[in-house]
Amino acid sequence: MRTTTKILASLGLIAVASPTLAALNIFACEPEWGALAQELAGDKASIYSATTALQDPHRIEARPSLIARVRSADLLICTGSELEIGWLPLLLTQSGNSRIQLGAPGYFEASRYVARIEIPKTIDRSLGDIHASGNPHVHLDPRNIARVADALAERLVQLDPANADAFKARANSFRERWRAALSRWEKEAARLKGVPVVVYHKDMSYFLNWAGMREAGSLEPKPGLPATPAHLAELVEKMKREPAKVIVYSAYNSPKAAEFLSDRTKIPALMLPFTIGGTDKAKDLFGLFDDTIARLLANVK
Amino acid sequence: MYRKGVMALAVSAALGLPYPAAAQTPVQTGGPGSENAFNPAISLILNGTYGNLSQDPAGYKIDGFVPTLGEVGPPKRGFSLGESELTISANVDHYFRGTAIIALTPENEAEIEEAYVQTLGLSHGFTAKAGRFFSGVGYLNEIHAHAWDFTDAPLANKVFLGNQLGEDGIQIKWVAPTDLYFDIGFEAGRGLQFPSGPDGGRSKNGVGSGNLFAHVGGDIGASTAWQAGLSYLSASPLERSYEDTDSTGTPVTNSFSGKSSLWVLSGVLKWAPNRNPTYANFKLQGEFFRRRENGDLTFDTGAATAGGTQTGGYTSAQSGMYLQGVVQFMPQWRVGYRYDRLNAGTTSNGLVDSGALTAADFPILAPYNPTRHTVMVDWSGSEFSRIRLQLAQDKSRSDVTDNQAFLQYIMSLGAHGAHKF
Repeated sequence: MRTTTKILASLGLIAVASPTLAALNIFACEPEWGALAQELAGDKASIYSATTALQDPHRIEARPSLIARVRSADLLICTGSELEIGWLPLLLTQSGNSRIQLGAPGYFEASRYVARIEIPKTIDRSLGDIHASGNPHVHLDPRNIARVADALAERLVQLDPANADAFKARANSFRERWRAALSRWEKEAARLKGVPVVVYHKDMSYFLNWAGMREAGSLEPKPGLPATPAHLAELVEKMKREPAKVIVYSAYNSPKAAEFLSDRTKIPALMLPFTIGGTDKAKDLFGLFDDTIARLLANVK
Repeated sequence: MYRKGVMALAVSAALGLPYPAAAQTPVQTGGPGSENAFNPAISLILNGTYGNLSQDPAGYKIDGFVPTLGEVGPPKRGFSLGESELTISANVDHYFRGTAIIALTPENEAEIEEAYVQTLGLSHGFTAKAGRFFSGVGYLNEIHAHAWDFTDAPLANKVFLGNQLGEDGIQIKWVAPTDLYFDIGFEAGRGLQFPSGPDGGRSKNGVGSGNLFAHVGGDIGASTAWQAGLSYLSASPLERSYEDTDSTGTPVTNSFSGKSSLWVLSGVLKWAPNRNPTYANFKLQGEFFRRRENGDLTFDTGAATAGGTQTGGYTSAQSGMYLQGVVQFMPQWRVGYRYDRLNAGTTSNGLVDSGALTAADFPILAPYNPTRHTVMVDWSGSEFSRIRLQLAQDKSRSDVTDNQAFLQYIMSLGAHGAHKF
């Protein structure tokens, strides 16, 4: 294998890839895993995020630039649980890269290391775009970030043993800082406990679960399907009977449905970052939770 | 519990993943305990059309071009079931992945559309495929009809590739290790279909037809992605025949033997605000085809009389293109327009040039430049269902204009499909 690399390199075929030999080349399917890799690997890795906070991770296409990035990746960090089912399989088969295929050390699925919630009892497409192995949006429970961080740190050590000490040191530092932040967030979020909230998509479930908030409705009539006038009218009625405190949507959602419901019910509509880059303050994982909690607290006084 | 496990498996298999093992996920219940646990991902596409055509599709032909004997005609008048497409795929082991796509035709026949194995990570950007597969010539040819933006294929795909070129053979592709996407590959095939011949090509060892292709693609800014491709298909038809009638109205069989080469230049550009196609997106797609054929044409009335069987030289240089744009202007709704144009170009027929026969003895080959305008609007209930209305003004035939209207449904059951660029 190494001989082949040398031959190809001598032919100039992989000259462009040579800078990547210095650092671990990481392809993150979503920005939250890119940010976590940044925390744990620092300058020992070159990290590319396939999606941004403004994109619905369900609906990405296996476009040429993504195949090109996966081709050169040493480590692929994705959510899994079928979140990327429309595009990740194509990236894997088209990339011609054995390092990141399923079962290889370079394939890392974050949702495998946490307890998934909302595992459907019945699987049928008439129920909308549901995921057989449970809700895939696991990163919004801050405790899950810690669990995935431990597994990812181990994986980094396995892939690049030469930098093992650096990875371990960074992992310890991250663990400490995360623990401190978590206890702060738990105190702040205590005021959110039991607060009823209308969501856009079931992408906030892990956060609500962690904060003890209550989902009082969803703008999507079924997961993955756009809001319909009939469903919104039903929600308006429901909010009259049992009003929610806030209507939340993610940075990648259109605000229209939330604003419509807000106009008719006088319940504030609130955009949440969902992931890194969703708001100016959500610059990293700490900022993501700081800003999410701050925005909610400001709206449920 | 059992059912959940099996369904989860089907979805995981579609992803190319084994079912998340209990060992790795102690929190995940439901394990792969049964023999069914290794069942492949299965999906079924159902589609059907209602057609209203001003001309009888039974008499459909594309004038100026050698008939391909492929399934090039428009859908039937009235109600008709389209091909039901059954896809079965799974990883064979950690080296290979297998896929079979079987089309069940409304005539109650089963056709193997594709049945291939491909490598899972030869590494260094190489992938290899073997079996029967849609050729990587051009852009649209590789995509299955249910994922097309219009009900039928562009005219150029019909005349140059017999609607859709499948090949028995191998494909080897290499993806460059650059941030700008670049791939290059080749296919060596049996020469199963047009342009090699409608009857499975020559009986010979070695390669019956070859295709070289390369693509380059990338992103522009935060909202646009593109891909361009160039391919060169080379075939050696032997007695590739088609039926026509000569100037006296006698049925004849014309057959061509020689060399056929086809260049295809393709381009795709996709735009969506911040690359989030959920609410709005636009796709521009076009291909240009140029074909040269050089060899002998045999004219055969099947009778021993004068003019019975004659052979002369035949060369042609012909081209065609289509350009289409599809806009999703709100969730679930899309509209699109496609323009088709073929150019009969220059043809030299030795039998006509020598005075042995006249151009009127080859009516289908009479120079003519077919055009077609197509508009469509479709609604997608979810990622798995689509209903489409398509209107077209088709001037494939030199003497008549065919005004076509199709109402079509396309639905997908089972494993989740891939979002191919």
